[in-house]
Amino acid sequence: MKYKDYYKVMDVEKDATQDEIKRAYRRLARKYHPDVSKETDAEERFKEVGEAYEVLKDPEKRAAYDQVGAGYKSGQDFSPPPGWAEGFEFHGGDFTGADTAHFSDFFESLFGRGGFGPGFARQSRQAFRARGEDVYASIEIGIEDAYEGATRSLTLQDTEIAADGAPKNRQRTFRVRIPKGVRPGQHIRLAGQGGAGFGGGERGDLFLEVHFKPHSLYKVEGGDVFIDLPVAPWEAALGATVKVPTPTGTVDLKVPANSSGGRKLRLKGKGLPGASPGDMYVNLKIVLPKADSETAKTAYRQFQGALDFDARAGFGG
Amino acid sequence: MKRNVSSELMGDVVEEQLELTLAELCRACRLPAESVIEFVEYGVIEPRGREPAEWRFHGVSVRRVRRAIRLQHDLGVNVPGAALAVELLEELDQLRARLERLDV
Repeated sequence: MKYKDYYKVMDVEKDATQDEIKRAYRRLARKYHPDVSKETDAEERFKEVGEAYEVLKDPEKRAAYDQVGAGYKSGQDFSPPPGWAEGFEFHGGDFTGADTAHFSDFFESLFGRGGFGPGFARQSRQAFRARGEDVYASIEIGIEDAYEGATRSLTLQDTEIAADGAPKNRQRTFRVRIPKGVRPGQHIRLAGQGGAGFGGGERGDLFLEVHFKPHSLYKVEGGDVFIDLPVAPWEAALGATVKVPTPTGTVDLKVPANSSGGRKLRLKGKGLPGASPGDMYVNLKIVLPKADSETAKTAYRQFQGALDFDARAGFGG
Repeated sequence: MKRNVSSELMGDVVEEQLELTLAELCRACRLPAESVIEFVEYGVIEPRGREPAEWRFHGVSVRRVRRAIRLQHDLGVNVPGAALAVELLEELDQLRARLERLDV
């Protein structure tokens, strides 16, 4: 077991006042709250901060921690001295609603789980019946999967409380149907596939947040799909019919004459399918031929001579 | 949950297919009706229908309410504060999706 430096976790000095600790906690809780933060390790950090605060906010626990931890460095191997907690009395009421189930082994070895001291925690867990936790996970799919529907294999790590009361890790693999028309950021709910219940309670639900793999051609926003379509200057100027790839196959698109770069053409209903199907937007990107040969340079010069064109007419003056 | 022969799991898309009554939402969020009604009063969730008995909640309500509860519990914000945060966080999600699309 590794020693945890709670002061370091909370980014405060060892002699910080209770008020300083409270302020540090509030700041870090906002920063790492999994609903607010986009940092990849936000959830981990949030739990760590919660655990550190659980100890440091309570003068009794803080004093005990300071005493037992004197001389240890963060990450160093740690075991509490035998019978170390005898001189202290921890009151169950000091656990102010924090979810101690997520706290580390280090915390548990010092303070037990649920505030009743080491040894009591596991019995108390089985004494009541509770629905399992809802579990949140991500699933990455390709844009084609959203058009056609697909089946994905998924492996999740579960922690279950075995008959002897010890938590056990178990891997679960299952196949999930990706519903046709699902959009980025939406959630697939698998009822009864979440965390195991306690004392015979039912399992929680599993929520899979859908992410789309980046695609070289298509971008997705909501139900709409976007593609950049390179066109030659004369295609944009004179109009043309060009082939455009879509996730369901190539379509012929009429580029109207006198189109400017950045013009968006809509293919109605060609976005993600669903009760209200999205649209596909084709963004015209005019691509200039390089003036890297005498022929090309001559063509550009003829172009220049033939037209009285001011690219910056819009600037005035 | 439906289970077919190849034990392939079929889920609901929370944002599309689900519609819940007040009782179902309470169960899903493990909240008493009074708390759910308070979230309605502050606009965290907006049901269709006039009377609580007729209320139908969009599937996304479960996620909103759970998020609001977590923010209340973890950060100590009150219901109006949670309502504001939930709204801003959703707007942030949309803007992030747009940024991603525009490759900025």
